Amino acid sequence: MIQIKDLHKSYHMGSNSLHVLKGINFNVKEGELVSIMGSSGSGKSTLLNILGMLDEADKGSYILDGVPIKNLNEKVSAQYRNKFLGFIFQSFNLINYKSALDNVAMPLYYQGLKRKERVDKAMHYLEKVGLAEWSHHLPSELSGGQKQRVAIARALASNPKVLLADEPTGALDSVTSHEVMELIQGINDEGKTILVVTHEDDIAHMTKRIVNLKDGVIIDDSPVKQIRAKAHV
Amino acid sequence: MFDIERWQEIFDTLKKNKLRTILTGISVASGIFILVVLLGFSSGIQNGVTEQFSGDATNRISIRTRSTTKGYKGLNPNRRIQLKNEDFYTISDTYDDFLEYKSAGYSIWGGLINYKNESGNYSVRGVYPDFQFIENAQMLEGRFINVDDIEESRKVIVVGNKTKNELFKGTSPIGELVSVFGINFKVIGVYTDAGGEQEEGNVYIPISSAQIAFNGGDRIRDMTFTVAMSENLDKALELSNGLVTGIERDIKQKYIIAPDDRAAVRVDNTLEEATKIYSLIDVIKAVFWFVGIGTIIAGVVGVGNIMIIIVKERTKEIGIRKALGAEPFSIIGMILQESIFVTMFSGLFGLITGLGLLEIVGPTIENDYIKYPQVDFNTALFTVFLLVVAGTLAGFIPAYRAAKIKPIVALRDE
Repeated sequence: MIQIKDLHKSYHMGSNSLHVLKGINFNVKEGELVSIMGSSGSGKSTLLNILGMLDEADKGSYILDGVPIKNLNEKVSAQYRNKFLGFIFQSFNLINYKSALDNVAMPLYYQGLKRKERVDKAMHYLEKVGLAEWSHHLPSELSGGQKQRVAIARALASNPKVLLADEPTGALDSVTSHEVMELIQGINDEGKTILVVTHEDDIAHMTKRIVNLKDGVIIDDSPVKQIRAKAHV
Repeated sequence: MFDIERWQEIFDTLKKNKLRTILTGISVASGIFILVVLLGFSSGIQNGVTEQFSGDATNRISIRTRSTTKGYKGLNPNRRIQLKNEDFYTISDTYDDFLEYKSAGYSIWGGLINYKNESGNYSVRGVYPDFQFIENAQMLEGRFINVDDIEESRKVIVVGNKTKNELFKGTSPIGELVSVFGINFKVIGVYTDAGGEQEEGNVYIPISSAQIAFNGGDRIRDMTFTVAMSENLDKALELSNGLVTGIERDIKQKYIIAPDDRAAVRVDNTLEEATKIYSLIDVIKAVFWFVGIGTIIAGVVGVGNIMIIIVKERTKEIGIRKALGAEPFSIIGMILQESIFVTMFSGLFGLITGLGLLEIVGPTIENDYIKYPQVDFNTALFTVFLLVVAGTLAGFIPAYRAAKIKPIVALRDE
């Protein structure tokens, strides 16, 4: 599903240049649930941004579902993001003046779906994350866990190839974290490829494979025995 | 553009920032309001001045003579120059192709007129039939002087509406006899003049009768012509100036007057004055447009400013949208639409209030030089067009900025 070869990325700030990714080689097969770990500054967020087409690598190749991701203009990368990827953020990034339902329907709007179809689909995914009766509430009326579940529903709405989760539990307490992870595991069980960036060990062990990043290189990449979140709830 | 979702979004954001929206709206609305009112008044001035002129034909040339002020070819200064009937015939013949209406005049300025027990002082003017058109006199009753009246030197008189009211107390004077310095004249018509009361104070009799009745002989006091108008005002002006020079030269030659004696022969040309006034009106109009557009620009800059702030505030949201697959164009469209909506809505509000004010206040204005201030449909349409352009301009830079927002930057957690 994801093939990355010799990926390099540096940031230039004035005369200083910061080499963040120093040759990443990394493949993800369909249906995997992978966590990317590392301390801050290890380059894990940069990697995720490149995977999410929010940023572009300086060197190396990135192939997503057979499509080379290279030199895309803004329009095409927006279309690819919409088609291939679903994002889950640490701070949820819901649009605060829109109801849960409208938030979930947003990627469908950019797919050009008709309003009725959008509402039906969005409702379906809200049901999936167990928030059907909250569909008309604004994000400000929801708890952190609920917000993240709305965000997950939104990420799923466009039926993307890959879900990218950047510290999805970073802003949640441990109980809610486990609820969210349970949901993510459930989605993975249905066959969706998911990448989770985290620095929490217990969250990482709820995935099936841990990739450890340090100073811009992968120092360890090994499958783990998945701990089901349900056991903790 | 016409998609409900986006409109809802626009209303949502506007509702969330009521005060800001209202203040921005006011700046645009007041700009358009001021423009409309100014344009209304400039058309009011135009109407007023045009009406002041409409009392007489605007293409009129009038000729008067006085005494010479300079000696010339052995003749003394202070020589009285007296025009005669034959001068009128000569000029009429010479310039016949270029002249539309022609009349000579022999007038008694304070003529005492009696009707039964009523009396009053009026200017009694002996004229030709054409004078009706030169003065723009509209007949209310009866007829004006005609060629037969002149040839037979009939003792007939045409009075103004003012005279009718004063001497005849409003009853129809047609067929009544009035006495002018003791000579009886029969009233044949009543006229009205758009130039107002002052011009209605004249009474007209055939010039031949005037010359006979008041010992005029073949003397005339003045001559008045109108120039045949052409479509092109500049050409008409050129022609009329040419006629003025020609007539003045002819008279000066005949009466042996120094070419540089300005007082002896006066040939006035209303067209030139009218042109001057019209060009003054054009200048006033231009200034009003300038001020109005300037105010609108100030309003538009305000909208642009606000839109930049809106884009700043919504950076994160725009980032989210882009991450979810919003193409740059859809972001540009969103910001532009909001900006056009705000300018259009508040602009139309200003337009309607402005038009309303002109509609209400316009008719109550009593000033000779401002009449019926109003904005015609095309101008209103143009201001609406201006608003759309202004809204687009105001939104463009912010929209462009919004489109340039990088989701990665926008989504960075603080």
